[in-house]
Amino acid sequence: MSKRNWVVVASVFTSACFGFAALTGAVLATGCEKKKPDGSSSGMAGAGDKGPAMPGITATEIKIGQTMPYSGPASAYGAIGTTEKAYFQMINDKGGINGRKITLMSLDDSYQPPKTVEQTRKLVENEGVAFVFGSVGTACNTAVQKYLNEKKVPQLFVATGADKWADPEHFPWTIGWQPSYRTEARIYARYLLKEKPAAKVCVLYQNDDLGKDYIAGLKDIFGDQYDKMVLEKASYEATDPTVDSQVMTLQAKGCDTLITAAIPKFGAQVIRKVFDTGWKPLHIMSNVAVSITAGLKPAGLDKSVGIITGGYLKDPNDPNMANDPGIKDYRAFMKQYEASLPGIDPGDTNALYAYGVSMTLVNVLTKCGNDLSRENIMKQAASLSKFVVPVAIQGTELTTSATDFRVFSQLQLSRFNGTNFEPFGDVLSAD
Amino acid sequence: MSTVGEAATTTAGTANGAITGTTTGTRRLGGRWLGVLALLVIALVLPFLLSGYRIFQLTQITVYAVAILGLNLLTGFSGQISLGNGAFSAVGAYASSILMIKLGLPYWATPPLAGALCFVAGYLFGHPAARLEGLYLALATFALSIVMPQVLKLDTLEPWTGGTQGVYVTKPVSLLPELISDDQWLYFFCLAVAIVMFVVAWNIVRGRTGRALVALRDHPIGAGAMGIDTVSYKSVAFGVSAMYTGIAGSLGALVAGFISPDSFTYLLSIQFLVGGVVGGIASIFGTLVGAVFIELVPDLANKISESAPWAIYGVLLIVCMMMMPWGAAGLVHSARAWLARRSTRRTRS
Repeated sequence: MSKRNWVVVASVFTSACFGFAALTGAVLATGCEKKKPDGSSSGMAGAGDKGPAMPGITATEIKIGQTMPYSGPASAYGAIGTTEKAYFQMINDKGGINGRKITLMSLDDSYQPPKTVEQTRKLVENEGVAFVFGSVGTACNTAVQKYLNEKKVPQLFVATGADKWADPEHFPWTIGWQPSYRTEARIYARYLLKEKPAAKVCVLYQNDDLGKDYIAGLKDIFGDQYDKMVLEKASYEATDPTVDSQVMTLQAKGCDTLITAAIPKFGAQVIRKVFDTGWKPLHIMSNVAVSITAGLKPAGLDKSVGIITGGYLKDPNDPNMANDPGIKDYRAFMKQYEASLPGIDPGDTNALYAYGVSMTLVNVLTKCGNDLSRENIMKQAASLSKFVVPVAIQGTELTTSATDFRVFSQLQLSRFNGTNFEPFGDVLSAD
Repeated sequence: MSTVGEAATTTAGTANGAITGTTTGTRRLGGRWLGVLALLVIALVLPFLLSGYRIFQLTQITVYAVAILGLNLLTGFSGQISLGNGAFSAVGAYASSILMIKLGLPYWATPPLAGALCFVAGYLFGHPAARLEGLYLALATFALSIVMPQVLKLDTLEPWTGGTQGVYVTKPVSLLPELISDDQWLYFFCLAVAIVMFVVAWNIVRGRTGRALVALRDHPIGAGAMGIDTVSYKSVAFGVSAMYTGIAGSLGALVAGFISPDSFTYLLSIQFLVGGVVGGIASIFGTLVGAVFIELVPDLANKISESAPWAIYGVLLIVCMMMMPWGAAGLVHSARAWLARRSTRRTRS
């Protein structure tokens, strides 16, 4: 064979290699997708009913999906997905929901919105899931909200505290779960108007959607009194090293009430600085900041006495809760499924959160009965009626309607006594 | 095409210095065209065989390929390491979203403008950075990709960037809905842009600029002595690289339909680097392999083990690097050299 021919052969080999790379992609792609484009064909009602199309549902299975930051900057939230999977394992072990087992496909998106889009499309178009449940992250959920609403795929109980999820008018297929930061701030404002109407309020907030939702909540309730009541506000970036100077500025304004909308790291700094300067304001602090292990202990428990916050879940670390039936069940579950929950501590509020939200989902699916169409699932999620989550604060009930998608809208205020948070007053509502 | 030009490409392409040297430019070119043709056919046919989500992945691969190409031009050809290309991708993505939303430009007009803006940004960054070398440059560029998400969150920029909440980018709609779905339309648009970018890269590398860049990489002092303006060439390399990445960012925004500061963390820059190295950092067509790798392998790893996908990913990456230390392109060149040696022996005997 001539030299020339060899060269052609070699070149064809080269191109074949690249072709192979592309084809591997294609094969990888088609290998597992022969079935269900968009779940429409496979998902006809289980036992051959003539009901509406039910993607992701068979006679024995309810297939659902979610995206989770198992890797990347927010990987601490990965505990939520792991706990949810274990929870559905428990439900399946007990016989499932109306004879159907729940399969949760929990995919990693590294907290990167483009990856969330990709994984969510995979779940909906390739895996044919019935709906998306409890995906984590404000930006990540925002990235797929339009897509899921256009496809009419329920986006249930998203795990973010932003306020925008309760918008049934524009996004009837999206619903949140936890109280939004705005709801929380409204409740603090209500409390102040009632207990301390002449308060001179200073606000310290994180400069992102968390902090901005707080300001909006205060404005909701204070209304035209806002400018009179709030003497000064100061903000910080989540990347700032300290907030000492902001605390000094606020103190100099002569406020007698401080509202801190922060994450634990800064919560601790504020507590310490306020204590050290001898300023003794009525200190209300955001629920996310008052984790005893991450916020109060680093600041000093003695310096944290008197801090007020609003909560919606029971505190699993509170010794008074040791005999609470909800917390006892929760701890029993965490113990029984320990093997599926590597490295997750029962005291981790993420796990408690996952337990509560999964329980809500199971309630919704049970209410659906045999009509597990996307329409009915969404309808049932939007018609919770006084549902009680046993790990939520005593007295809170979940109620939703077609026009009100706020699932948790009640909080219980509590005050730190040096060892744990002591609830006081009634359960307060944001409205 | 001159033989000198061909030789320069080969040196650049092989990276390990395995130059076959037995053929003339024209004959080699014939084989290459065959390969390119085969690839084109695959690229044109695939979207009609795949489902919407797979087309979406294919589009992502195309976009990643353009971004990795930008990194290869910089790191592979001019020898400057960049861990900051994700930042240029952000600039491109936000630029095109602002052009579309605030100025009402159509989507197809935005990638070139975003690219031009990124060229300027890259050039301006590259000018001072040209004094830095190796690890120092890597750190300086890494700083760029760490800073970018925070810049995007700035209050003053919020009217344009949407702050932490991000912005929706309207996805292009197919003009021939009966024949081509929206997903396919977007894919073909990205493919067309990618083809243009590859042709441009091919010409840059084979021309005067490419030779100057390779000379800079291999022997900066020698290159200087030969009259190559090192600072200006290095800055241009940065500009071109930023332009490619910016165009990829602008396409990526269309593909995802949404951008936010969290879309452009430093992980993105590292992904580009992984893709570049896996494909062959000084190769043009290796970028395709790199893009396929970063798009599909994390998924594959997830299938193998759900509990430790990143460990699997790491193992696969290490295996790749051990089996083909010069990337996919290096492997192809070694195979080609081996075949050529055999053929010479045969003809002799």
